[in-house]
Amino acid sequence: MQDERRVISVIVANEASVLSRISGLFSARGYNVVSLTVAPIPDSEYSRLTIVTMGSVRVIEQITKQLHKLIPVLRVTESKEMIEKEMVLVKFPITEDLSDISVLANAYNGKIANVSEDTIIVMIADEPTRVEHFLTAIKRFHPIEIVRGGTVAIER
Amino acid sequence: MQMSGAQMIIEALIAEDVNTVFGYPGGAIMNVYDEIYKQNGFEHILARHEQAAIHAAEGYSKVTGKVGVAMITSGPGFTNAVTGLADAYMDSIPMVVISGQVPMSLIGTDAFQEIDAVGISRSCTKHNYLVTDAKDLPRILKEAFYIAASGRPGPVHVDVPKDVTAQIEEFVYPESVDIPTYKPHTKGNKRQIRKAVDAIAAAKRPLFYLGGGIINANAAMEVREFVKMTGIPAVETFMARGTLRYDDPLLISMLGMHGSYAANMAMSETDLVIGLGARFDDRVTGKLSEFAKHAGVIHVDIDPASISKLVNADYPIVGDVKGVVEEMIELAKESVDPERYTPWVETVDHFDKLHPLRYNEDTANIKPQWVIERVGQLLGDDANISTDVGQHQMWAAQFYPFTRPRQWISSGGLGTMGFGFPAAIGVKRGAMDKISINFTGDGSILMNIQELMTAVEKKLPVINIILNNNYLGMVRQWQTLFYDKRHAETDLSVQPDFVMLAQSFGGVGYVVRTKEEFDAALKDAIEKNVVALIDVKVERLENVLPMVPSGGSLFNMMLLENKKES
Repeated sequence: MQDERRVISVIVANEASVLSRISGLFSARGYNVVSLTVAPIPDSEYSRLTIVTMGSVRVIEQITKQLHKLIPVLRVTESKEMIEKEMVLVKFPITEDLSDISVLANAYNGKIANVSEDTIIVMIADEPTRVEHFLTAIKRFHPIEIVRGGTVAIER
Repeated sequence: MQMSGAQMIIEALIAEDVNTVFGYPGGAIMNVYDEIYKQNGFEHILARHEQAAIHAAEGYSKVTGKVGVAMITSGPGFTNAVTGLADAYMDSIPMVVISGQVPMSLIGTDAFQEIDAVGISRSCTKHNYLVTDAKDLPRILKEAFYIAASGRPGPVHVDVPKDVTAQIEEFVYPESVDIPTYKPHTKGNKRQIRKAVDAIAAAKRPLFYLGGGIINANAAMEVREFVKMTGIPAVETFMARGTLRYDDPLLISMLGMHGSYAANMAMSETDLVIGLGARFDDRVTGKLSEFAKHAGVIHVDIDPASISKLVNADYPIVGDVKGVVEEMIELAKESVDPERYTPWVETVDHFDKLHPLRYNEDTANIKPQWVIERVGQLLGDDANISTDVGQHQMWAAQFYPFTRPRQWISSGGLGTMGFGFPAAIGVKRGAMDKISINFTGDGSILMNIQELMTAVEKKLPVINIILNNNYLGMVRQWQTLFYDKRHAETDLSVQPDFVMLAQSFGGVGYVVRTKEEFDAALKDAIEKNVVALIDVKVERLENVLPMVPSGGSLFNMMLLENKKES
């Protein structure tokens, strides 16, 4: 069976060790984690995790079922109809072509976030495929460091 | 009422109608043991090793259907218990295990007897808690018992730091549980149930595939009725033994790696698998792509994650098997005609006549299978049967005449050597009116032999029947068959004197070399009514057959005729 990329959104009770329950499930059962983000849901006792994973249809089905089996998990949403965004921070040497970098960042919903004596930091936020394009395009500006935020997603 | 965390634990156990706690004290759990000393609401049974305490609680739970309770200290007390937790998790046994922990202020400092207990138990429990405030104890204990027993049952571990057991707080035990994130699905979908029954009515060669979930759900009587009214043959998994009576004409036998020829052939030839509370374990299915190749699959299970995990279900039904079978019976009354399956039943009977489960009485030595059969003849329904793990375990599953659910207590999923004896102690405690037999091997019995002391002290007269072949028999069998007879580290010829061993603890021991001696030893052990070791010298090189080699197809079995030990 062909492996597919899937985004799974998990709503969990805010309690100690819930993240290790979930990451432990993935490692114990040999599931892939491409990225995982987590943050509290405002005005509630719950947090949302967004997990990007790869697997066959059967594996993805097992992942959602096994996640749901964990006691603190309230809801598991696995859908192709997700709006996805990922934020990226990139640090360049100040000696690179700043106007080209700025234009490129603008094209990917981004801007210059910080400038210091030696470096410039750019942030962008875009869909995962476009993030990949951006990261390819900036290679020629010799990025010093790239920090990806992981995918966040919301159902359409 | 104001009380300490330790008192709360006692009060909660009494409120949960617990009458037996198995355990072992130590530093971090001392406050709780101090309260155990003062109370008379339940009996505490002191095991002689924490692993055995958990297995005893498992045995108690399996025979009674109640939640098993065990108590241990931090650090090594807890790590010794991990095997038991994992065993209970694999076999879906409802348990609440309470461990002591170092005081909150010392957590994370590598304190004496500190270990990250919830970190370790996370992957081998249904759920676990680290209690950081005694205010949470009543709710957590209530939840622990509820989670352990509801849905697909399993062990729940509650880790309580020493200062929390000393903390004084108001105690009100909750009457109900409200966990918004945990709502087990118990009622099967009506439309799916109807479709499944229609499929049964339309099938030509349907087959009941009965699993241990039936025992857990107390659904054996409903299943017996369903099998009888439909006239459809049935195979049982290892865990489901006792669901149907051994003499039920529609029970073929156990299936799987050491299942009968007829059971495995029926599974290979069926056109509709009716799976009830079974999970298509690899020891059952053999090679997955060849398993029930021509069949549609009905799968009833309380755990959605078990459905279509390994074998795709055409009729998935998530729900409690008891309620689902009740509904199926009602629908089947209108649509299912038992006579439809008569030719299929004849086919299955033919398989069974071709290669019945049997063994050759071809030597002067006692055959291990004979011992199982003999105990069945002599004790039958009067005994509960526990086992350790290995050849003796498979022979017991194959040859004991089971008559009722919860008569069979064995470590199926984890396959834990050392399980049998402590489990049989818990079984005896849970069912004093039955004889508690533990079939064991000369390898397994030494893995929790210290429990002789527990059995003597608490007057729990378990009869251990050691099928002694001076080998780690099952591994030896695989070495013979698949490793060109290189018997690496499986020759156990150096042995204790089991008679003296039993006597030194205050039990009784017997050496048995003939059938007459066996009958006499068993009779004497029952009369003496103390813990016993019956050391039965059996044929050394007997193999468990039939056998589906690991990863092979169910219909490719090694059979008795084809494989004779040289």
